[in-house]
Amino acid sequence: MSDPHDRQFLEITRRQVLEAGTIVAVSGMLPVAAQAQASSSQLAPENGVTVQVRFQINGQPSVLEIDARASLLDMLRERLGLVGAKKGCDHGQCGACTVHIDGRRVASCLTLAAKIDGRDVTTIEGVGSADTLHPMQQAFIDHDALQCGYCTPGQIMAAIACVKEGHASTPEEIREYMSGNICRCGAYVGIVAAIEQAAPQIERG
Amino acid sequence: MRSLSYIRAKTVREATEAFAAAGEGACYISGGTTLYDLMKLGVERPHHLIDIASLEGADRIDTGGDVLFFGAGALMADVAEDEVVRRDYPVLAESLSKAASQQLRNMATVGGNLLQRTRCPYFRNGTIGAYPCNKREPGSGCAAIGGLDRTQAVLGVSDACTAVSPGDWPVALTAMDARIQLQGPTGERTIPIAEFYLLPGKTPHFEFAIMPGEIVTGISVPKTEAGRRSTYLKVRDRESYAFALASAAVALAMDGDHVRRAHIALGGVATRPWRAREAESLLNGRAIDAEIALAAGRAAFADARAGKHNAFKIELGARTLADAIMTAGRKMQ
Repeated sequence: MSDPHDRQFLEITRRQVLEAGTIVAVSGMLPVAAQAQASSSQLAPENGVTVQVRFQINGQPSVLEIDARASLLDMLRERLGLVGAKKGCDHGQCGACTVHIDGRRVASCLTLAAKIDGRDVTTIEGVGSADTLHPMQQAFIDHDALQCGYCTPGQIMAAIACVKEGHASTPEEIREYMSGNICRCGAYVGIVAAIEQAAPQIERG
Repeated sequence: MRSLSYIRAKTVREATEAFAAAGEGACYISGGTTLYDLMKLGVERPHHLIDIASLEGADRIDTGGDVLFFGAGALMADVAEDEVVRRDYPVLAESLSKAASQQLRNMATVGGNLLQRTRCPYFRNGTIGAYPCNKREPGSGCAAIGGLDRTQAVLGVSDACTAVSPGDWPVALTAMDARIQLQGPTGERTIPIAEFYLLPGKTPHFEFAIMPGEIVTGISVPKTEAGRRSTYLKVRDRESYAFALASAAVALAMDGDHVRRAHIALGGVATRPWRAREAESLLNGRAIDAEIALAAGRAAFADARAGKHNAFKIELGARTLADAIMTAGRKMQ
C-alpha cells in the first residue's frame, strides 16, 4: 500500500467499480419494472420446462407448477412468499437458507425444488407463532443471539435440528454441528448459549 | 442456467434407459450438492436431469456381512452416525463427519461424494469464464499454474492441471481398499477404488473411470482389524466446515508393538485420493514412535512438486500424516 503506484491503481479500480456498480443498479431495475407489469396477471409464468410438485409446507398440502431449474429457496421466497429463509451465498456455504425436509435440516439453495415432490418441508414460518414462540426462538432473544438478524432464521432451523439429532450435548459439539451457519455479526457466543438453554426444553417436548 | 427437463427414476434400469433416451446433455443427479452448485456457476450445463436419489434400496447400509456395504444413495450423515462404522472404522466415520456441514451431509450421498469436483477457483470460474482451465475447457490452459495456487496440489500434478481432489470420504476409502460398484446400460462391474480416480496428465477433464450412462450403485470395504486402530486427521484454514489443506487417513494392523500392515492415504494435497505406499512400507514391521512417524510423513512427500504459494503443504502434509500415525498407534485394539 505504501507504493504510490499501488495507491493510484487502487483508486482507478475503485472508480471503475463504482461506475460498473451504477450500471448494474440501473440495469437491475429495468427487468424488475418489466416483471412488475407482467405479474399483474396473477402467477408469474415460469419460462423454462416446468414440473408439478405436491408437498406439505408447514403442515399444509400444496401443489405448484415450477421451473425444473428452480431452487427450493427461490420457490419458497418467490412463489410461496415465505421469505424467512434467506439467500446469503446461494451456494450452500452460509446456512442462511436452512429449512427442514422430512424433519432433517438442508440447504434450500442447493435443493432442486423438483426434489420436494412428496416431501414435508418446514420453514421458520412453521415453528412457533407470534404469540407462542418456539423455545429456540425465545432462547435466541434471551441470549441476544443475533445482531442484524439476517442469518437468524437459518440459525434457528439448524439449531432445532441440531438438538433433535442429539448433537447439542456440549458447547464444543454445538459449535461443530452448527459450523454450517455463518454469522458475520459474530453472535456465536450468544447462539451457543441459546442452544444450551433451549436443548433440554426441546428434548423434554 | 439453461432450461432443462427433470425426471425421477425408481430403479437403476429406469435411470439408465432414461439416460440413453435423453441423449446429449443427460446427467444423473443425486443429492445435487456438487452438480447444482456447478450449474449455478455455469460450469455444468445439463439439458436433462435424471434424479437417482430415490432408487429403491439405494440407501442400504449393511455392516453385518464379510464386507461393509454402503448403498450409493445412503446419506453422508447416516453413514457417519452408523454405530458399527463409528466403533470399528473411525477413519470412515470421521472422514464423513469432518466433511461439509450437517445440512449438506443430510443431502449428499456417499456415492455422489465419490464424484465431487475440485474446488480449484479457476475451475469454478464458469459463468464469468475469464480464466482458462483445462478441466473445464480442455486445451484452454491452466491459470492456476503460476497463479493463486495456495490451495493447489503438490502430488500427482501435471503441466496441464494442479487441481486438488476435494473429498475426505474417498481418501478414507482409498486407505481401506474399498471397491466401487457400477451399473450401466451394459451391465454391472466392480472396480478397486485405486482404479476409479485418474491422474490429470494431459487430460485433466477425465477424472473418473466411469462410462457415460453408468451409475455408482454401491461401495464395499473389506473388513479388517486395522479399522479399530484408525483415524482421519484433517487440517483446515478454520476448525470446521472447510476443505482440507492437508489430511491423512491411517489404519494400522498391529502385532504387539509392531505394525504388521499400515493403510495410509492423503487428501487436500494431491490431484486424486493419494495412497502413500512409501510411507506404508516404511512403517510395516516397525514399532511406532515420533521419529518413524515423521519419517513416514516425509517419505509420502518425497516426490512432491510445489508451485508459487503452496510449498507449505509439503511440510504441513508430512506433519499431518505423522500426527495421524501417532494417533492411530495410541488407539487400543
